[in-house]
Formats: sequence, structure tokens, C-alpha cells
Amino acid sequence: MNTEWYIVLSSLLFAVGAMGILIRRSPVVILLCLEIMLNAGNLSLVAFSRMVGNQQGQIFAIVVMVVAACEVVVGLGLIVAIFRRKLPLDVDELRELRG
Amino acid sequence: MEAVLFFFAALGALGGAVGVVALRNPFYGVLALIVHLFSLAVLFLLLSAAFVAAAQVVVYAGAVMVLYVFVTAYVGGDTESAWEPIPGQRFLAPLMGAAIFVELSIAVLGSSLVALGTHGPDVNPGFGDPAGIGRLLLERFLLAFEASSILLLLAAVGAVVLAGRARTEGAGKGAASGSSEHSSEAPAERSEDPLAAPSHAGGTA
Repeated sequence: MNTEWYIVLSSLLFAVGAMGILIRRSPVVILLCLEIMLNAGNLSLVAFSRMVGNQQGQIFAIVVMVVAACEVVVGLGLIVAIFRRKLPLDVDELRELRG
Repeated sequence: MEAVLFFFAALGALGGAVGVVALRNPFYGVLALIVHLFSLAVLFLLLSAAFVAAAQVVVYAGAVMVLYVFVTAYVGGDTESAWEPIPGQRFLAPLMGAAIFVELSIAVLGSSLVALGTHGPDVNPGFGDPAGIGRLLLERFLLAFEASSILLLLAAVGAVVLAGRARTEGAGKGAASGSSEHSSEAPAERSEDPLAAPSHAGGTA
């Protein structure tokens, strides 16, 4: 398969993830859409790494994976903290940064 | 064979992504994301990135998704309201997504990279295996490796601080130290003023 196919698929996935972030209002689903966007970036990194014939792009992908794991942990911790305070889990109602 | 596998995996990845966006129940969204991640692992294997594919399955589909499943089960899969704060948001957002896709496609098609139309050079069978990745990670990218380990540690500590709570209400120093999480345990103490909560918690200690 040509590299172009992977890049087009990656941009399609990125667009779907961005659309999800714009549409959905639940913080959990927004984090899921963020994962889709990060994975689209990963896919293009690995595809370009294969295109160049160099393994260093895969290191980038692994570091992106680590950053995504950190983001998930902190984001889900925030969601649990929000839920504990019985605040609504809706990004439109959480517009004020108040306890 | 490779093309067939690519199209099936691409279909799975796209279907999973669309499922995350379209499904109302967050729990089904998490399951759709698992399909998406496994399809991406297949694509990574097709790109001869064996270690990244394995890490994708183990780290993402294994660890991160379990975290998602537990948090979704804890928070509850209530569907979001149909109320739209911005009129026409449901129509503007897909338009925006399509605009991003068109823009990226123009950037890809308009680039003068000749290698985009090729499969890439022939690589030796050890391309992307754990030995090569590990050697790169521990020699050339050692700084990035250590920085990401510190980042992971910070994220773990941060998550415990954010989501954790004291075991008992009157835990002495713990309650008086001013973390306002445990005062929110009692529903009556939920006040609008963020400064009121720690002082109250300190008073009970």
C-alpha cells in the first residue's frame, strides 16, 4: 500500500475526532475523541517512518502514546473529582472554574 | 492480501471512530474505541512497526481502556441532554470536520513528496522490532525516555491527588491540611464558595 493511503486515513480519523470534540458534551466522550485524534497523529508518524525507512518516527509515536496515557490519567482523575462533588458532567455547564 | 487487510483495518478504525462520536451511551463509545485501537494495531503491523503495534494493544487497549471502562461505570452512562447551547452546532461541527479533512487532503496532495506515492524503501526484517526500538530509545533518545518516565510519575501522582480522598473525615492533619475533597462527601456542605470548604473541614478536625 502506498503511504498516501495511510496519510489520507489518518487525516480522516483526525477530522472525525475533531468533529466529535465539537459535537459531544460529555467530558468522557471528549477524552475518547481526543484519543482518536492522537492516534491519527500516531498513524501518520508511523506511516512516514515507514516511508523514509527510518525507525525514529516510531519513537515519536511511542512518546505520543506516553503523553496520551498521562492525559487520560489526569483527565479521568478530574472527571472523578467533578463527579464526587456532584457537579454536572457537561462541558457547557462546567464553564466556570469554581468549586 | 496486504490491500485487503489494509481496507478491513481502515474500515474498522473509521467505524470505531464514527461509533465513538455517534453512540449516545459513553460505555458503547469506549467499546467502539477498543475496536478502533485494535484496527490501528493491525495498520501498524502492516507498516512493519511491530513494537508500536504491541505497545498499542498492551498500553492502550489493555491499560487505558480498562481505566476508561471503570470510570464510565463509576460515573454512570447517562446520556447527555439534547439541549444545544449554540444553535446549529450539530450542523456546523460536521462542516468543520469536513473542512479539516479537505484542508489536510489538499496539503497531502499538494506536497511535492514523491515518496508519498510509493510503499517506501525495502527494509530488513528487523525494522521496528523491540531490539531496534530499544536501542534507539536507550541510546539516542535517552533524554526523551527519561523525560517521559518523569511525566508518567507526575501524572500518576497528580491523578491520586485529584481523585483521591481521605479515608476518614477526622483524619487529623489530613483534614486540616486544606484539601477540600472530603468536605464534599456530605451533601449539605456543598457550598458555592470554594474557600468555605477547607475552613469548614479544618473546623471539624
